[in-house]
Amino acid sequence: MRTVFKTSYDADINMFQHGYQFGWYALLLIIALVLPFYLGSFWLGEMTSLLIWSIACMGLMILVGQTGQASLGHAAFLAIGAYANVLLQQRLGLPFLISFPLAGVIAGICGALIALPMARLHGIYLAIGTLAVTILVDDFIVIAAPLTNGVQGLFAPAIEIFGLTIDRYRTPMHFYYLALAVTLLVVFFYRNLLRSPLGRAFAAIRDSEISAQAMGVNIARTKAISFGISAGITGLGGALLGHYAGIFNNETFNIIISIQLLLAIVIGGLGSIHGAFFGAAVIAMLPQSIAIARDNLNWLSGSRAFSVPGMETAMFGLILVVFMLFEPRGIYGRWLKIRTYFELFPFYRKDMFRRQKSYLKTERMR
Amino acid sequence: MSLLEFDNVTLRFGGVVAVNQVSFNVEEGEVFALVGPNGAGKSTVFNLISRIYDPAEGDIRFDGKSILGMKPYDMARLGIARTFQNIELFEHATVMHNLLVGRHRHRKSNFLTELLFTPFVRSEERRHREAIEKVIDFLDLQVYRDKYIAGLPYGVRKIVEMGRALAIEPRLLLLDEPASGLSVEETQDVAFWVEDIKKQMGITVIMVEHDMHLVSAVSDRVLALADGKTLSLGTPQEVQSDPRVIEAYIGTTDENEEVLA
Repeated sequence: MRTVFKTSYDADINMFQHGYQFGWYALLLIIALVLPFYLGSFWLGEMTSLLIWSIACMGLMILVGQTGQASLGHAAFLAIGAYANVLLQQRLGLPFLISFPLAGVIAGICGALIALPMARLHGIYLAIGTLAVTILVDDFIVIAAPLTNGVQGLFAPAIEIFGLTIDRYRTPMHFYYLALAVTLLVVFFYRNLLRSPLGRAFAAIRDSEISAQAMGVNIARTKAISFGISAGITGLGGALLGHYAGIFNNETFNIIISIQLLLAIVIGGLGSIHGAFFGAAVIAMLPQSIAIARDNLNWLSGSRAFSVPGMETAMFGLILVVFMLFEPRGIYGRWLKIRTYFELFPFYRKDMFRRQKSYLKTERMR
Repeated sequence: MSLLEFDNVTLRFGGVVAVNQVSFNVEEGEVFALVGPNGAGKSTVFNLISRIYDPAEGDIRFDGKSILGMKPYDMARLGIARTFQNIELFEHATVMHNLLVGRHRHRKSNFLTELLFTPFVRSEERRHREAIEKVIDFLDLQVYRDKYIAGLPYGVRKIVEMGRALAIEPRLLLLDEPASGLSVEETQDVAFWVEDIKKQMGITVIMVEHDMHLVSAVSDRVLALADGKTLSLGTPQEVQSDPRVIEAYIGTTDENEEVLA
């Protein structure tokens, strides 16, 4: 077990609590940087997809994990990001370096505007309200065909940054590094949020709106900011996803994506950046893993008995049910338990992470 | 001029009159206690001051200005802090983070500078942490600083909630049953702290409390309420010996005789 002696306020403020922690993340970064040299183009593409989903998951995590507001509307913000980015490039001829951040800003503003009526809703009602947003955006893309090209979809051009071509198929390595850079930037923002007053105000709203208000937190405004930041980050993920997919239409960002994103962060572990990455790994890798497992099983059994349609959705549902029952804190929660077990060996107790029943809550006023 | 003026306030929930034409003034630097049987409207008075409820009639003035046009989240900025009867802490955050939320009123940075964590945000953070460190020292919460609320015992939670209210650096502190559920020793600690809050920090305290020992030990004046109406207002001794207060708590002599007969 490690004891950290804090000798200054900065020890609590700094991004890394101690040198070892910094060391581990530096190692992870180095692995991420050298990975393209050891992976074939297929797996490099998969890793890129994982990073893009991590960005989207982090966006949703800020809203759900940090602020405690459920959303089934995040496919809409992915769509807004993807469409804004490509349309700004095609219609206004803006370079990627400008259209990409602008796409995030546009998605963010949309998110904040949607929050104004939505922030009054709680729990299941909020989930249903945001669900409507996904459906509305889906329909809007079809109706606004002159702008969005409707069901035919949009074709995302190759990215050019200072003469450097970034294309998923021709230069997968460049695309990977682009996704990695954006991921790092988003992690940086996320971490900063957690150690600043706004992040604490988010947590305050999540745990008790009534006392957050008594502490001077403007609930409606803070929720709108949370929706805005969350939608903005998801929009950045959407813009990258558009380039990654190459061609996309309203079907690319349907309601299933919204549900998958929400499931991913629950499976990954609510309320942590790690959870967003673990959850993204599940949605990015699951279809491929199932495909590979199915092919091997078919080959072993010499039949096509394992080619069942709808396998992916079923597996996803099964994994979710298993997590809900046995590990509600998600993959990251399980990892924390394993780590604590070894850190405290042999003094780990089974009930260490058991939640204590919370005391009586103040009834909702008005 | 009084710090808080409660001017002929009435609050109705449908046909129920929760607070009925109650008037009182709280002077700067005093400890003012609200007592009364359950359902007397004590917590409702707190919720009126916190702007959670709008009174049907009357006016509430803080520092001479009416607060009725303001939002609940404006109260912290005015300098009114409060605790809750059923502890309302942020369960999934540490004691330190809970106290830091109390510093929200003093936030000067905006979300853009916070996303980038500029040097200004860092220096502000240091200032906030220095301020809450004083609160931690005052309430002896050092051992719990980095503990999550979800794992803390009830008594500690009560004190953390008081600390969070103090972190606001208020002018007026509303304590809703600060000693309920505490042991005798813990209640004595609360009595000392309330004394110190008044004398050292110069904060005016209004407290709702059932423990009459605590009330008579720390409060300068007491207001007794029953069924939303003012029963008696005066020093703890005066209120405790007021026949109307005794009647509200124990019942009238006639009734007693009926029960006995």
